Parts: sequence; C-alpha cells; structure tokens
Amino acid sequence: MNENIINIEHISKVYTVGDVKVHALYDVSLRIDSTEYVAIMGPSGSGKSTLMNMLGCLDTPSGGKYDFKTRNVSLMTDNELAEIRNREIGFVFQTFNLLSRSNALHNVELPLIYAGVPSAERKERANQALISVGLGDRVHHKPNELSGGQRQRVAIARALVTNPAIILADEPTGNLDSKTGEEIMLLFHEINQKGNTIILVTHEEYIAQHAARVIRVRDGLVERDEAIVNRYIPGISKPESAVK
Amino acid sequence: MRINYEVFSVAFGSIRQNRLRAGLTILGVVVGIFSIIVIMTIITMLQNSIESGFSDLNKNTFQIQKWEAMRMGPHHHGDRNRKDITIEDFDRLQGMLTQALYIGAEQWSFGRVVKYGNKETNPNVQIAGMTIGALRNNNVKVEVGRDFIQTDIDFARNVCLIGMDVVDKIFTGVDPLGQQVIIDGLPITVVGVLERTPQLFGQSKDNYIVFPISSWQIIYGKTGRSVNITVMSHSKEDYNQVIDAAMGYMRTIRKVAPGEDNDFYIFSNESLISQVNDITSGIKIGALVVSIIALLAAGVGIMNIMLVSVTERTKEIGIRKAVGAKRADILIQFLFEAILLCIIGGVIGIALGVGLGNLVGKLINAQTAIPYNWIAIGISTCVFVGVLFGTYPAYKAANLDPIEALRHET
Repeated sequence: MNENIINIEHISKVYTVGDVKVHALYDVSLRIDSTEYVAIMGPSGSGKSTLMNMLGCLDTPSGGKYDFKTRNVSLMTDNELAEIRNREIGFVFQTFNLLSRSNALHNVELPLIYAGVPSAERKERANQALISVGLGDRVHHKPNELSGGQRQRVAIARALVTNPAIILADEPTGNLDSKTGEEIMLLFHEINQKGNTIILVTHEEYIAQHAARVIRVRDGLVERDEAIVNRYIPGISKPESAVK
Repeated sequence: MRINYEVFSVAFGSIRQNRLRAGLTILGVVVGIFSIIVIMTIITMLQNSIESGFSDLNKNTFQIQKWEAMRMGPHHHGDRNRKDITIEDFDRLQGMLTQALYIGAEQWSFGRVVKYGNKETNPNVQIAGMTIGALRNNNVKVEVGRDFIQTDIDFARNVCLIGMDVVDKIFTGVDPLGQQVIIDGLPITVVGVLERTPQLFGQSKDNYIVFPISSWQIIYGKTGRSVNITVMSHSKEDYNQVIDAAMGYMRTIRKVAPGEDNDFYIFSNESLISQVNDITSGIKIGALVVSIIALLAAGVGIMNIMLVSVTERTKEIGIRKAVGAKRADILIQFLFEAILLCIIGGVIGIALGVGLGNLVGKLINAQTAIPYNWIAIGISTCVFVGVLFGTYPAYKAANLDPIEALRHET
C-alpha cells in the first residue's frame, strides 16, 4: 500500500584521488517506501555520507541504478537534480546550514523561492511550517538570535515547507545537547507520525534506535538491514542509555 | 531562470553588508563615468548656448567676412594682404544676388562713449553701422519709435537706434525718442529704441547703438575697415544655393582667379557650431580615454571583489543549491550583484558629473543642461562592465559542487 520512493540497485561510487581510485560505495541495494522511518548507520569512512549524498540527489552514482519515485536519478542533469532536491527532498544538517543574514521566515521560504512560489503564498506556507515546529513566535529572529535547538527547528521547518517525499536528516542532533537532541527526535517522531518519510543518518546507536528500521553500512556495503523491535519513542519510552 | 525579489534583496544586502569594500570597489566606476559626464555636460551647455544666441543671425542666414570667425593657428601664407570688403563690393553683390531674401552690410566700432546732457556711458558701447538688410538679418527689432528707412541710409542722416542698456544708463526718467546724444563729438538724433535681447554667457548684448552704415563711415572712416555682409535666403531649401551664388559673385567682384582660394570667408551658425565641435572633439576624446581606462581598472577590481565574495559565500551557495537553486539562479544572483555595483558607481558618477558640470557652466553663465544621451551611454557602459567582469566570478559560483560547498567552513 505504501508507495515506493527510493529504489537503489547495485549502486557504486568511485572517487579518483590523484591516480588512486577510492571505492566509497561498492555495491548497495535498498528500497525505502513512503511513511518509513529509516536510520542509516555506520562509522566514519563507511560510505554512509556518500550514500546520503546519493540519496539526497546531491551526487550521482558511478554505477548501478537509482530510481526516485520511478524516475532514474542516475541519468539526470544538474538542473533536474536541483529540481528533485527542491521538490522531493528536505534536508536537515548537523550544522543547521541556515543563511546567517536572513531571519527564520526567509530561511524557510528559500526552497519555495527556487520553486517559483508567489511571495504571499510563500510567506503563508513558511509561517505555517514555523508554527508546526513550535517557532511561531520566532519568525523574525535571525539564526544568531536563536538557540541550537531552535535553529534546528528552523531547518526542519525549511525541510518540511515544500511538502517533500523524504526528509533527509544528517546527524541532526550532533551539535545539540542531549535534552535538546531528544526534543528534536520527538519532533521527527511527530513528523513521521503525520505520514512523512524520514531518513536519518547517524553514527549514534541511541539515535538510530528512534527509527523503525536501521540500515548498517560498512566498507561501502550494506552490512545489515533490519527492523527495530524496541523503538525509543521520545517522551513515551525513555531508554536508560539516554540518561548520560 | 527566476529573476525575482530574491536576486535584488540578496545583492543589495550583500553590498550593504560590505559597504566600505563596495564603496572602494566602485570608486573606479565613479571616476570613469564622472570624467566623461562632466565634460559632456559642459560641452552640451556650450553648444546649447551657441545654438540659442552665440550669433544673433536669423535662421537661413550666413555671413561674408574678410577673416574666419574663429581661427586656430596662424594665417595662411599671403592671407595678410587680403583686400578689405568695401561698401562698393556690397553694393555690387546686392545688385547681383537677386535670389536672397535680405542682404545687408554692417560695421562695428567698439568701446565708445555716448553722452546725453551731463550723463555719459562707460567707454564700452558698441557702435554699429547697418543697412536695412543688416537690421533684418541680425534680428534687430525696434520696440518704440521708428525703424530706419532707406533714405536714412542714402542720405547718411545723423539718426540712431539705441539699445536698452544705453537707455538705462543715460536716459533715466527721460523719453529718449527725439533726443540728441553726442557720440565722438557728433550730435545724433534717437529715432528708435531697440528690444531687449536674451543674454549670452551672462553678457548683455544691448549695450549698443545702430547708425545707418553711411553715417557710420562718415564718422569712423571708409578705409582700413572691412564691411561684414550678411545674407538671408528665402528658405532652408535654397540656403546652400544662395551661399554658392554669393560665393561666385564675390569671386567675380573681388576678381579672384579660377583655381585660387577665396579671399573672403563665408560662415553660418551651423558652421560656427561645427567649428566648436572641432575644438571640443579633442577634449571629448581625452575624457573618453580617461573613462575607458578608469572603467577597465574598475572592472578588474569588481572581478576581484566578486571572486572574494564567491569564496566567502561558498557555504551559502551550497545551502542554496541543496534546497534547489539551479546553476542559472546562482549565476544571475552573482552577475546581478556585479552589475548593481557598477550601476551604483555609475549613478554616483553621473550625479557628480552633471552637478559639477552645471556648476562650472553656471560660472560662465551657460544654460543648464543634462546630457541625456551620455547618461544613457554611461549607464549602458556600467551594465556592460558589470557583465564583462562579473561573468567569470558568477560562473565560478554557479559551478560549485554542492557537496564541496556545503562542507566549506567560513
């Protein structure tokens, strides 16, 4: 019943550094359907970041096939990739990546500007997105006037505002203290409950346990791909390991 | 491609953020545009003034004189022995040149004193001797009293027409008509007062008195002074034809052998303007060269600052690309910023140039002028410089790899 969004078949990625060829990804296949909450885990150097860039259409594979909603991403031009990123993918980064000179509203508006949405509608949608992440009263604050958690909420609002097919979060709690991190994880949980597809990239086991499924990557290969039996539902089942 | 509010606000925001840097960068553009605009403003003011009153000659009128009106450099060899144009030459030409509407002769004496009773003018009054035709060609109009009639000329009557400056000076509270003024010892009857004429370069042109040319020659002598001849054609269409005819007749009258140069000079308002243009063209070229050099230097500066800007904002470019900005979006954003820098510099340069040009023009009392065509050229040049030197940095920004750009630490 759930629509397939991502279908990757035997993709590989080779970087050439000088004369040396580096295999960041050897052979990865996976499927992600809508409304899923997936964590991608792996130590640094595992190819996790490369996989994330690939999933986020920031990069194209060297080999294999990547279908995003049945469209073959491997063959897309830069402009087509930009359009997919704009309409179908919402990014949430570890370092927030907000425009420091713009206020929260304008940061959230940004994807809509590149989507060509008219100004009035843009402002309305950005405002709604900020309200939905609990920042209705911080609309005109600039990033340096916001706390880390609030900044990440702005980033999440920006990811949500285009109503994308997937939210791609790269270590979203990496720069936050554990309490704020937990609040952000609760927000992701709520977003997922509303039917949004979330892909969470992390190296922390504890964060990964919030997802419904974990894909473990090591040395450019998928090591394991399994459902999580005992999920941490923030605010409901608080694991002991969370208390640090 | 989306040229929208975002492009404008980002460019303005970026310039506002780096005010000092932007200001220094556009200084070259300001200088480049200023130098050409200030020169063109002054030249335009001069031209307008010449067109409106450098010469009082009516339209379709030309002059025949012994010498050029404006001369650059020494006389040609042998020119010094030119014969004067005499009143007899004029009489013969008048008889031959039947295709002209008016033909007149005039002579001038400068720095004269006019007395009335116990009052007298400064020794700066110009005394003209004119025929009826010269009055028409010079657009001399009588306000009160009467015009000259042919018998005034034929019988060398001691009558005169008097300019308003002379009236103001010596006829306070007295009706000048019928009064006798003393000029160079001779009593002359005032028969008419002349209309005031517009000033040129702040100089009044009403400080003069007109005699019949015959009377003038009795006072100031016939020999040793050349007569100026003015001719008006019926229309613009036959103007050149009348000039050609006049030239032919003058050569006959003055016995100029075929193949020899004219021993007289014919000029019109248009030829005066073209002479002014010749003189100013060197200045124009100089200003243009300064402008081009300044703008090229400024362009390199703008390219440099835009490259710095691209590096500083690499992360921002990465963010924009991640959320869906296409190459063209980034290209336009940076290109527009470069163009905007140039236009701001250009507008400041134009404002300073027009302002200072008019200030200088005011000092020589020329009419206020705004050289619209040069302003348009200036702005277009700014856009061109912006595109020329902004394209490479913008292209560099547009082609940044989003992953690398996002990883960039500022």
